[in-house]
Amino acid sequence: MAKAELKAKQHTQVEDSSSLKGTLASVFLLGLFIIVSWVSVYYLFVDRF
Amino acid sequence: MISSAAAKVKVDPRDAKLSMAHFFVAFGALAIGGLMGLLQTLVRSGKFELPWGIGYYQILTAHGVLMGLVLTTFFIMGFQYAAVSRTAGTHSPAARRTGWIGFWLMTLGTLMAGVMILLNEASVLYTFYAPLQAHWIFYLGLTFVVVGSWVDGAAQIMTYAKWRKNNPGQPSPLLSFMAVINTVMWIVATLGVAATVLFQLLPWSLGLVDTVDVLVSRTLFWYFGHPLVYFWLLPAYMCWYAVIPKIIGGKIFSDSLARLSFILFLLFSIPVGFHHQLTEPGIDPAWKFLQVILTFMVIIPSLMTAFSLFATFERYGRSKGATGLFGWLRVLPWGDARFIVPFIGMASFIPAGAGGIINASNQMDQVVHNTIWVTGHFHLTAATSVVLTFFGISYWLVPHLTGRKLTKAMNKLGIIQAWVWFIGMAFMSGAMHFQGLLGGPRRSAFSTYGDSQQALDWIPYQIAQAVGGTILFIGIILVLVIFINLAFFAPKGEEEFPVGEAENLQEKAPMVFENWKLWLGIAAALILFAYTIPFIDIIQNAPPGSKGFKTW
Amino acid sequence: MHMHKFEKIWLIFGISCLVIFLTVVGVSAFYMGNKPPSCLTTIDPEKVDQTKPFDKPGLHKVEGKEWDYELVYVASAFSYQPAQVEVPLGAKVKVMATTKDVIHGFEVAGTNINMMLEPGYISEYTTTFDKAGEYLIVCNEYCGTGHHLMFSKIEVVK
Repeated sequence: MAKAELKAKQHTQVEDSSSLKGTLASVFLLGLFIIVSWVSVYYLFVDRF
Repeated sequence: MISSAAAKVKVDPRDAKLSMAHFFVAFGALAIGGLMGLLQTLVRSGKFELPWGIGYYQILTAHGVLMGLVLTTFFIMGFQYAAVSRTAGTHSPAARRTGWIGFWLMTLGTLMAGVMILLNEASVLYTFYAPLQAHWIFYLGLTFVVVGSWVDGAAQIMTYAKWRKNNPGQPSPLLSFMAVINTVMWIVATLGVAATVLFQLLPWSLGLVDTVDVLVSRTLFWYFGHPLVYFWLLPAYMCWYAVIPKIIGGKIFSDSLARLSFILFLLFSIPVGFHHQLTEPGIDPAWKFLQVILTFMVIIPSLMTAFSLFATFERYGRSKGATGLFGWLRVLPWGDARFIVPFIGMASFIPAGAGGIINASNQMDQVVHNTIWVTGHFHLTAATSVVLTFFGISYWLVPHLTGRKLTKAMNKLGIIQAWVWFIGMAFMSGAMHFQGLLGGPRRSAFSTYGDSQQALDWIPYQIAQAVGGTILFIGIILVLVIFINLAFFAPKGEEEFPVGEAENLQEKAPMVFENWKLWLGIAAALILFAYTIPFIDIIQNAPPGSKGFKTW
Repeated sequence: MHMHKFEKIWLIFGISCLVIFLTVVGVSAFYMGNKPPSCLTTIDPEKVDQTKPFDKPGLHKVEGKEWDYELVYVASAFSYQPAQVEVPLGAKVKVMATTKDVIHGFEVAGTNINMMLEPGYISEYTTTFDKAGEYLIVCNEYCGTGHHLMFSKIEVVK
């Protein structure tokens, strides 16, 4: 899957994507938190006059 | 090879002395400012009144000035001065002299402003919005603080320039680079506040002119006011990016990306001041929205930072054999105050950042503007993320500078301190956020507003804030105990100044990052783009000026 | 400069979110009329009482405009004129306010009516009062010793 990138960058690439899955999950949880907070306050804005 | 030698590198004792001088003022400000904060939360709970005719807004001014301006500026200048000395080499006698002059100017300014606040001549809060008119000595004192910080920062720039001259074609040490970015951003940003104080508020408070243009003054203030908060944040990011990896035994995820994020902060933290002025008259909504877009640009380097930090932790954890999606979290050094204290700060930046995005979202600001939600917000950003990181830094930096050791007992007390802070802040800031969404105003003494039902509903939140404020005050006492111990009483020894190394040493940071003409040029272009037309509009369509008022 | 694939994914996701947020508030502001209060009209702060419409604070029915009522406030340390008004439920109202002295806030708690009042400027916000009840107007910008005693009330009645 990382073939295209393998060409550009040689070493470290193989373990690269597999070893940062926890990081990816963490930042996406963070992103989810931001979206939920933002949408909640936007809802308050729309609901109020 | 390099690392074992680097670990032994000490900040020169002559530089250490100047850094410590900064820290004494900073922690002194924390002690007094913290007491003021405690009193505010108690008063606003409705269960307590200030004795001896002391005004609520007087202590509120003292709290804001001491915590927001004095603690932060002195700590940051002291830390950066030491970081440059550690990574770019001992300061020259000329640079050190410059640093001392800056320090004394700032201290003199602080005393002038402080005395005026004590005399109740300047209960204008730390934002000093005209046409509230403080005593001219207050404004002059603030001028000295700002000018002093320029001189102080010049010392760091001199040593950085010397390093660059001696190492042509080399990217500068990461910590020095970051310190200089922050200092340069600070100098560009403070031009705004210097302009309003020198050209508007000082002549006006001295009686040389009768009136002041309120909106011009506010716009200049907020040109400075937002980069001010990034000036607080970037030293914390310095620690997170470049120090924490070494403390946990890992590597900096990417030196180049760290530098890139700092460049982005330099470019985008300044042309965004209108997002503090979203609900005010006299500014065209299209220009407000343009600055909202620029504000969102400055979120991007923080998104990059979040990824880098998680990646540093995960890489380290996996190198220790951690498995599973989150197994790496378990092997982090949870018993090391130098790690966990800033770590709690990092974690707090998640809700803090989310709140910040909401505040900046144009008309959504109407839900929260000037409510106590905003106070809750910056007590997460500045008073938790930033300040806990500063505490974490001081737990190794103070003994490093004084030739002492962080003992096991102090390490443990440091960890307790951070949890106390976290719990206190969860109560106080949490209650502030929710009360703010219900409309409770910030910067207000206790009031039932003629027994209005809405105001009565806010009281339980105010009591929760007093509970949180009390817990936080215990946290401040603990910090002071640790600081005094590390400065005067801890056993003699060697405490490391940890400086991280990049994971990939082959990958040299692009030299374009050190091209100051380029970055300052783009920064200036962005500022001119965001401000020129609306600022001319504000001046051309100005109403009659305002005379001064002393309503306290 | 090398960027990890996952970091690229994260930044694309994060930046897309920011673009969506901006689009939502941008469209709402500029196409649906929900701009934050940004009135550009000026006034002499020392002649507020003699200047229309601030010479007659209070609720006024108007004809032939996009809104049904104008609700006019004059703020000064530490009170609002009028101190109490009743607004009929469902009325479309243009709230207009200014200050005679220092900067004040004008926040109708629990609503989106939240604007700065600055000497020399008029602040306006038009909205439909579509929820009955008693609303507190608080000053949410520090204005002096009596700042927390500065309030007014709006009753939205059927």
